Amino acid sequence: MSVAPFTEAELQAYVDDRLDAARRAELEAWLAERPEEAERVAAYRRLGDELRELYAPLLVEPVPPSLAAFGPARARWRRVAAVAGWVAVGAALGGLAGWELRETRPEAAATPEVGAAMARRAAVAHATYSPEVRHPVEVGADQEAHLVAWLSKRLGAPLRTPKLEAVGYSLVGGRLLPGDNGPVAHFMYQCNRGTRVTLYVRTEMAGNRETAFRYAREGNVGVFYWVDRKLGYALSSADISKEDLLKVANAVYQQLNP
Amino acid sequence: MNEAQRLVDLIPRLRRYARALAGDRASADDLVQDTLERAWAKLHLYRRGTDLRAWLFTVMHNVHVNKVRAARSTDPLDDEMPELAQRAAQSDALVVRDLDRAIARLPAEQRAVLLLVTLEEMSYEQVARTLGIPIGTVMSRLSRAREKLRSMMTGQAAAAKLKVVK
Repeated sequence: MSVAPFTEAELQAYVDDRLDAARRAELEAWLAERPEEAERVAAYRRLGDELRELYAPLLVEPVPPSLAAFGPARARWRRVAAVAGWVAVGAALGGLAGWELRETRPEAAATPEVGAAMARRAAVAHATYSPEVRHPVEVGADQEAHLVAWLSKRLGAPLRTPKLEAVGYSLVGGRLLPGDNGPVAHFMYQCNRGTRVTLYVRTEMAGNRETAFRYAREGNVGVFYWVDRKLGYALSSADISKEDLLKVANAVYQQLNP
Repeated sequence: MNEAQRLVDLIPRLRRYARALAGDRASADDLVQDTLERAWAKLHLYRRGTDLRAWLFTVMHNVHVNKVRAARSTDPLDDEMPELAQRAAQSDALVVRDLDRAIARLPAEQRAVLLLVTLEEMSYEQVARTLGIPIGTVMSRLSRAREKLRSMMTGQAAAAKLKVVK
């Protein structure tokens, strides 16, 4: 049997129509006498045609917008989405002036039921303890370090008491409360006119990484609540306006997320 | 035309190649998205005036290899498949009639070469540059890919190859 005068690479090049005319003619003459090789080459060419045909629709179908949004387009798209989210929050708050849009602010939605349940419990706790004159808290602000260490230990999470003097409130103290899912820390603040706000902090918010502020109203108690990492926060008051309560909530958030 | 616009213009080709490379539509579009993000981040490494398409396909190739590696794919990546390994392909020939599935069954490295040559109609030199392999490897992978595909689609035993004359 004679040695074929063509390499396999040349045969592949012939399939792809990349041989020069002279070499192509030689190869075709050679193939004419070898039906088996000719059939193999023809099969390769048919498969190539079928392959191009199979995937051709992808060249003409519209590109999904999500794919066309990359690089600066994607960054722009994300900013727009973030601002849209904040516009929604702003609208929910009722056209508040001076509200600062912070991109680092949480966006993802928490499970609404968990948040709403927390807001209800926080409102009840506020209604229960804030009218107390003689025993509003278990541990007073004069033992703040002990209070924070104690509640941090019970909740199994490092807690901090935000400093709210800048918005007119100072710490009265705190207490431990039973929650849906374990111990809850409850901090009370008071302004110089005697108006009280309470901060309810619960753990076990895993899965609800971060949320924007939400507002709920239970009876005469207004509550702003949000989730940050594993902790859920609810700030309640019965005596101040929603706008003023939001200022305090914003201060709390910024203190806890410097 | 700036690079961003040229990238956008190449998206349909990227999608076509990704679809054939990755198999299903969702992972193909994931691949395209990751490729575009990476290409955009690395655009300063692209040298103006050179072949943007080849550069982009190189980026996609690298992204794909990393994804496959991360997913611990069972793709046979060995280029030098022993002849016995073809028995599986032959016995599957009755099942694998569908070209799409047959392509998915090709070893990943052979598949990439076949698709760049057939779909993108890149020159063998461009394929070698895009995949970062010698041109001789391009030719041997192309040959194996076609023969494997043919045997899967026809159920025929691999035909005797031409002897190589150097």
